[in-house]
Amino acid sequence: MKPTRTIVNRISGSWMIISLLLILMLPLIIGIALFIKATPLFEVQSFYKLITSMNWSPVEGKFGFWPFIFGSLFVTLLSFLFAAPVCLLAAIYLTQFASKKLIRIMHPVIDILAGIPSVIYGMWGIIIIVPFVSGILGPAFDIKSPGYSILAGGIVLALMCIPYMLNMLIETFNTVPLGLKEAALSLGATQWESIKHVILKKSYPGIISSYGLGIAKAFGETLAVMMVVGNMVQITFNPFQAGYPLPALIANNYGEMLSIPLYDSALMFAALILLGVILLINLFFRYFIYKTQK
Amino acid sequence: MRNAKAIEERFFKILTGIASYSLIVILGFIILIIFIKGFNAISLKMILHTPKGGYYYGGEGGVLNAIAGSLYIAFGATFIAIILGIPSALFLNVHLISYKRTQNTIRYLLDALWGIPSIVYGAFGFTLMLYLGMNASLIAGIITVALLITPIIIRTFDEVLSTIPKGLHEASLSIGYTRTELAFKIIFKQGFSGFITAVLLAFGRGIGDAASVLFTAGYTDLVPTHLDEPAATLPLAIFFQLGSPIPEVRERAYASAAILTIIILMVSLVARTLSKKYSKSNLK
Repeated sequence: MKPTRTIVNRISGSWMIISLLLILMLPLIIGIALFIKATPLFEVQSFYKLITSMNWSPVEGKFGFWPFIFGSLFVTLLSFLFAAPVCLLAAIYLTQFASKKLIRIMHPVIDILAGIPSVIYGMWGIIIIVPFVSGILGPAFDIKSPGYSILAGGIVLALMCIPYMLNMLIETFNTVPLGLKEAALSLGATQWESIKHVILKKSYPGIISSYGLGIAKAFGETLAVMMVVGNMVQITFNPFQAGYPLPALIANNYGEMLSIPLYDSALMFAALILLGVILLINLFFRYFIYKTQK
Repeated sequence: MRNAKAIEERFFKILTGIASYSLIVILGFIILIIFIKGFNAISLKMILHTPKGGYYYGGEGGVLNAIAGSLYIAFGATFIAIILGIPSALFLNVHLISYKRTQNTIRYLLDALWGIPSIVYGAFGFTLMLYLGMNASLIAGIITVALLITPIIIRTFDEVLSTIPKGLHEASLSIGYTRTELAFKIIFKQGFSGFITAVLLAFGRGIGDAASVLFTAGYTDLVPTHLDEPAATLPLAIFFQLGSPIPEVRERAYASAAILTIIILMVSLVARTLSKKYSKSNLK
């Protein structure tokens, strides 16, 4: 063997390992960096107090994150309620009933829906959803709404999560062995009965995981939500009112964060919460998928 | 009894069908609105000029600064992501081919990494920037976006590589190929369609992402000429112009959105055609 070939092999081999390790270490590096930036905040307030306090006024040095965490949870929950049934139904149709032609059309449709940038969804939300909420939905329930509301955020977010969840659900249903369904059909079950009793039951863990990962995705979505959600620091159970999710807090205040003491720490802490929550949900459900598929 | 079953069957078939077709309708609706709104305001001036004085009060100019900035960042980030991502994916499928457990653990971690939202990458990029004493600049934006899209490149490419039959490895190694030659001359070629898909997917994601460049790339009315200058990006241009109270400026946000959508659609179309073209000649 020529020596140059061995050397090239060595060098490229090490480069491969280095780049892979670098990427795998990334979550850890991000976590540590954010944590270091956020530590000054822990010296002023305890972790528990930061999370649960409702008092948010950075100028006075008071950082209570509960309104933002609440806002994030509320928007995410709403979007989940809208997106989950649609995804499940569409996934059933596309894997069980749909013609080959429809599936060929649906692939690019889902891909493009997933590829549209969040700022475009946000703009579309401002043009369509916001007036819809304030002009049609609000009056229909006899509630005055500014339009820029948690409900609008939930609807836009649901649209963004649908392609993501749908893809995972389709994958789940496709892994159910065809023989199981055929056995059910041969015993005299109708098409729908075989879906209800065999396919759905068999892919139950996959459905849960897809939903979990969809929720994680919704929890971290920034720009589209921020554009339609109203961004007011308040706690309300009325979805027609404005809210203020965590990612919007970070994105909205980056300009002034260096001018107020501890503000930058607070925003990095918010990013750390997002990272922690989303990474945990991801690790848990992906492990769940991996374990149940074996 | 029989009838009830048939009705249930019919009901659910129609219901699930409606859910599926509604997705096509929604996509059509979104794109239609973006284009109708956008084409009212779009003009050659929008694409070929940077903002002139008073642009943000309805004055002359266009969004060339944002188009150029976005393209620079997306190309730069994709380039870095290829350098990091392609060797990683090849390593995973060549050197680790016999270690299924390690392979699966790595895939598991990469998938989790894919789930981290871009705002977190943005915040991280910002802390990194402060730590290194840099200002918001083109290079900071490129690095942040590169970190964001590298997991995407690795996993998408890996998805195709993992379908390559193991016999190909054994044959190549047995005639005296080194692992590197096997990786780049055989496996890479076999998975070329996956490479194209991965790169274009990452490029599309990079050009459309706003939250990661919000902190790191800054915003400017000029087309950046050096890596340490701030750069405007299309998503942020849309976002800022949309917040303006002046109707003409908002119109331009619509036009910018149409431009961004066209770029994204084109990238997606190219990805489809090319990956189809290159996967034809693959060994099965």
